[in-house]
Amino acid sequence: MEDSTSGLFGIIFTLLIYGLPILLAVCGFLVGTFLERRHFESIRLREREFARIPIFPTRGTDTDKSVQDGVLVVASIVVSLDYFKRILASFRNIFGGNVRSYESLLDRAKREAILRLKEQAADCDAIINLRLETSTLANTQSKKKGIGGVEVIAYGTAIHYR
Amino acid sequence: MSLSQIDDVLLTNVEQVPGKTIVEHYGLVTGNTVRAKHVGRDIAASFKNLVGGELKGYTELLTDAREQAVKRMVEQAKAMGANAVVNVRFSTSAVAQGAAELYVYGTAVRAE
Repeated sequence: MEDSTSGLFGIIFTLLIYGLPILLAVCGFLVGTFLERRHFESIRLREREFARIPIFPTRGTDTDKSVQDGVLVVASIVVSLDYFKRILASFRNIFGGNVRSYESLLDRAKREAILRLKEQAADCDAIINLRLETSTLANTQSKKKGIGGVEVIAYGTAIHYR
Repeated sequence: MSLSQIDDVLLTNVEQVPGKTIVEHYGLVTGNTVRAKHVGRDIAASFKNLVGGELKGYTELLTDAREQAVKRMVEQAKAMGANAVVNVRFSTSAVAQGAAELYVYGTAVRAE
C-alpha cells in the first residue's frame, strides 16, 4: 500500500518536473499565436486607416509643394518571442536557415512602430526622413536567464505643406 | 512621446528646419541616459515573455528614458544659445545585464 502511494507521488513529481516546461510551451504557443494573429489584424486595419499620411525615407517629398514647418516624431516598441518559439529558434541554430519566428516578430514590431509614428503625426501631411532602428535588450537567447526583448524605434520629421 | 518641442527648442532629423533658415551653427550636442529596469517590472515582463508580444512595461521605460536623454541634449543646446537641434539621431545599446544606454545627438543651430 505504502509502496503504491510513494510510486504515485513519484509519477506526479516526474510529471511536474518534465511536464511543466512542456505545458508552458504549449500554453505559450497557443496564446502567443492567437495574440500574434490579432495583432496582425489590428496592424492591417490601422495601416489602411493611416494610408493618407505618406512616409518618405528620403530628405524631401515627391511633390513640389513647399514645406511650412516640421517637427520630430519618435515612436518605439519592445517585443519578445513566446516560450515555444524561442525554443524553436534555438533549434534553428543547429541547421541554419530562415528563423521564421523572428521574421514575423520583427515585421510586426516595425509596422507597429511606424503606425505609432503616424498616430503621433495624425494631423500632418507627410513624414520625411524616416529612420528605423533595432536593438536587442539584455539577452534574447533561451539558454541564458533574463528577459529577452527587441526594441524597434521609428523616427522622422512630420511636416505640414504650405 | 511629444519630443517635437521641449523648452522652445525645435527638433528635426533633417538637415534644415523646414520653413526656416539656419543662421548660425553651434556644433554637436549630445544627451544620454543609462536605465535599469526594476524587479517588479521584470516579473511582469517574465510572465509576458511566456506568450510573447509587446512588453509594455519596457516600452514605457525606454520611452521615458529617451525623453530624459533628449531633455539633456536640449539643455546643452539652450546653454549654447540655440533655438533648434537638427539632424537628431537616436541609438540604443545594452551596456550591462538589464541596463540599456539611450543616446541622442544632433547639431545645435539658430533658425529664423
